[in-house]
Amino acid sequence: MKKTLNLVLAGVTAMGLALSAHAEDYITLASTTSTENSGLFGAILPKFEEATGIEVRVVAVGTGQAFELARRGDADSLLVHDTAGEQRFIENGYATERADVMYNDFVLIGPADDPANVRDAKSAAEAFAAIAKAEAPFTSRGDDSGTNRAELRLWENAGVEPDGEWYRELGSGMGPTLNTAAAMDAYVMSDRATWVAFGNRQNLTLLFEGDNVLFNQYGSLLLSEEKHPHLKHDLATQWHNWLISEDGQQAIADFKVNGQQLFFPNAK
Amino acid sequence: MENNAFYVALSLLVNLDASLFQIVVLSLQVSLLAVLIAAVLGFPLGAAVALWRFPGRGGVIVVLNALMGLPPVVAGLMVYLLLSRAGPLGELGFLFTPGAMVIAQVVLVLPILAALSRQKVEEMLGEYREQFVSLGMSRGRMMPTLLWDARFALLTVLLAGFGRASAEVGAVMMVGGNIDGVTRVMTTAIVLETGKGNLPLALGLGIVLLTLVMLINAGAYWVGERTRRRAG
Amino acid sequence: MTSLNASLLASSAVMPPPALCFEGVAFSHEDKLLLGPCSFTLDGIGPTLVMGPNGAGKSLLLRLAHGLLSPTEGKIAWSGEGRPRQAMVFQQPVLLRRSAVANLIHALAVNNIPRRVRSKLALDALERFGLSACANKPARVLSGGQQQRLALARAWVLSPQVLFLDEPTSALDPAAIKAVEAAVREFHQRGTRIVMTTHDIHQARRLAGDVLFLSGGKVREHTPAEAFFNTPVSPEAQAFVAGELVE
Repeated sequence: MKKTLNLVLAGVTAMGLALSAHAEDYITLASTTSTENSGLFGAILPKFEEATGIEVRVVAVGTGQAFELARRGDADSLLVHDTAGEQRFIENGYATERADVMYNDFVLIGPADDPANVRDAKSAAEAFAAIAKAEAPFTSRGDDSGTNRAELRLWENAGVEPDGEWYRELGSGMGPTLNTAAAMDAYVMSDRATWVAFGNRQNLTLLFEGDNVLFNQYGSLLLSEEKHPHLKHDLATQWHNWLISEDGQQAIADFKVNGQQLFFPNAK
Repeated sequence: MENNAFYVALSLLVNLDASLFQIVVLSLQVSLLAVLIAAVLGFPLGAAVALWRFPGRGGVIVVLNALMGLPPVVAGLMVYLLLSRAGPLGELGFLFTPGAMVIAQVVLVLPILAALSRQKVEEMLGEYREQFVSLGMSRGRMMPTLLWDARFALLTVLLAGFGRASAEVGAVMMVGGNIDGVTRVMTTAIVLETGKGNLPLALGLGIVLLTLVMLINAGAYWVGERTRRRAG
Repeated sequence: MTSLNASLLASSAVMPPPALCFEGVAFSHEDKLLLGPCSFTLDGIGPTLVMGPNGAGKSLLLRLAHGLLSPTEGKIAWSGEGRPRQAMVFQQPVLLRRSAVANLIHALAVNNIPRRVRSKLALDALERFGLSACANKPARVLSGGQQQRLALARAWVLSPQVLFLDEPTSALDPAAIKAVEAAVREFHQRGTRIVMTTHDIHQARRLAGDVLFLSGGKVREHTPAEAFFNTPVSPEAQAFVAGELVE
């Protein structure tokens, strides 16, 4: 028994040492579930690391939580998709610079039999209004994420106050929300990247796309050195610059799922 | 689809995928280290509460018992606020590291180990008390004797703690960040794959996790039975 | 026998065992008087057998004398300097969940006997009580008689000046009873003061030097064994010795 105990102790000590040994040159990037779930980071981060030797550790959360992480000084860099929120973040002094990196778009997903007849809508506003009129089940992220914020703006555009039995706020990430929609045969708005990579579609299908208001812009933020001097600003700046450089933009364009390009670089 | 998941689990195990291996090893490291630290703190704490009478002892027992049900995400949030740069221990730079995950799991497991060991030690003390007093033992001297004599019961308690640590996701997700290759463990990987709609892979990972936990339990049971037969 | 044990033995052989004195000792629990008040002195050679019907307070008296309980009234005093080394053997031996020899080593360890002599002392004691073959067996799988002998061996290694035994043979078969009684005599010969309860009058006849007779929580008489068995004074003792049912 004592021998066993010693063995266990030795093993665990070794583990403790192993846990503490990690690379020095890394930054923590707060970003959104949509970019992580689609596999974009898996494709572009190795290229960045190869070019600069900097490891990027992605904490994928909702946009609201990503802002909060950056505000508290827990992330070195921020890549999110809520342009209005990003500008407010700069105005509040937490970030110094913002750059457009890429966009994808939102798409409207729903059950194949399409009870609200969204397929024939001429605009996003019309499609959203049709869902509200039919009181067809709609699952919303409800988590203050970039996608959630965009969805709420679209309801406003459609002149609808989403409320009632048919409107379900889940408080979940994009993937779980799609899983729920699949189980409920509900309509749901998703970013295209997550939808294309999503594996559990069941009866769901893409019903509406292409309206300009569904445009989903991603921005990279340089965080304030003044607010959080301890952050790795040098490394974060390298990352920021690489993203909007030719190499970075090409890496984004090269990322494809099932032969389909999911993010469109548009740095200026 | 369930068949599919078993197939996925099997092929994950057979192929010994490098990233899966890393995730499994990290899961075990984090949870075992957390359980060990919690045991070093929790067993003496439980034994002390069993041995000493002090004002507020009833309250301590109630709090320990209640904390056994502490939601992992609350533990995660507490540790997050503690380790966040804006928090009191932010300077350590521990957030989003395996160390942070260990701390969060210690917070989760400690009440279980302390509360259950308190109960086991108190039962045993009822049986031993007169003999101990007769031998002239102080309460402090009784503690190691009781903990050693309760070792088989405490092994089960340890397994309960390990079960909680290895099964929880809320706390490690919050303080670890589920960073690929750094803080991704079995449970957070399962959440991620579920989010991607990769349900067979998620279930496959779940089966791998369950298999591991079962192996560890079987090993502990075997060691326990063997030594129990030897030591009585 | 090691030098340590030998010296302890020598010292206790030269000096008479410490005398025990109860002065108006009473014990109540939740306002109910369970024992006393009683006053007596144990200063003879003994062994002292505490006798009386069930519920007379025999076990209680032993626990008070040994210090497991504190009297609610009165005073318990020992002759000589401080509290003498003492041990107690219970009706149901309380053994640790370890091997027989580890039980003895534990008792030595908590009494601050140096580590290097512990296992020698323990093995010697096991041999003396016929338990050498069981040294590495788990204590709790031993037979009832072996367990009680192990409890006696545990008391033995501590070289007590006073040994309390509370109905040590009531759960044992005749062969085991014989072994326990032999052990008690051995302690007695070593100069240990024996204070033992029993409800078995035949056992008392075999072992007693003097008898402390209790009934209803009161000491009815304290006399040499011969006097107690032949000419008991108190009506309760007369009835007890005559084999009547006494309350």
